[in-house]
Amino acid sequence: MLIGKVVGSVVATRKDEKLEGRKLLVVQVHNHENKPTEQYVVAADSVQAGLGDMVLYATGSSARQTHATENRPVDAVVMAVVDSWDLGGANVYEKWSGR
Amino acid sequence: MYLARVTGRLVATHKYEGLEGVPLQLIQPLDERGLPMGAQLVACAVVSSGPGDLVHFVDGREAALACPKSFVPVDAAIIGFVEQAVANGVRIGGAR
Repeated sequence: MLIGKVVGSVVATRKDEKLEGRKLLVVQVHNHENKPTEQYVVAADSVQAGLGDMVLYATGSSARQTHATENRPVDAVVMAVVDSWDLGGANVYEKWSGR
Repeated sequence: MYLARVTGRLVATHKYEGLEGVPLQLIQPLDERGLPMGAQLVACAVVSSGPGDLVHFVDGREAALACPKSFVPVDAAIIGFVEQAVANGVRIGGAR
């Protein structure tokens, strides 16, 4: 899984019928030091993530292993909202610290 | 499967159902010389491991099969604690 920040959402009226009713998020990939990268993905949501949340997303066929995405044309899914992480004992991100 | 070094821990209380109680850890994949290979990522720690440990992990859909519940959106899982690894006659990593 990779870490990312929800920076937007996608509205698409005309899409594959299997995607109807699915919430699609625009996620900016962050590295392990919480530095934003230039990489963005569109991911389906399975945990009611919101704008500004730091999240984890899974890619590939693993992304279809949720009730929201099973048997649907999806290759990225947000599967956790990140509270905090540390590297070598030093805190990198803390949700409640106002970043 | 790949070798990796555990670099940190990640906490997420709100995650997809079935992943409760499965620790999440940051890992740095390693090459055959034990040097960093590519970007760090987050994996489910199915076997007990901690920062600094040398481990091996599986990626892709197979990673979900290693989790307690297998219908989960997981694409990386730490599945083994490595005591010793040798490539081309040279020992990789080892205890740090």
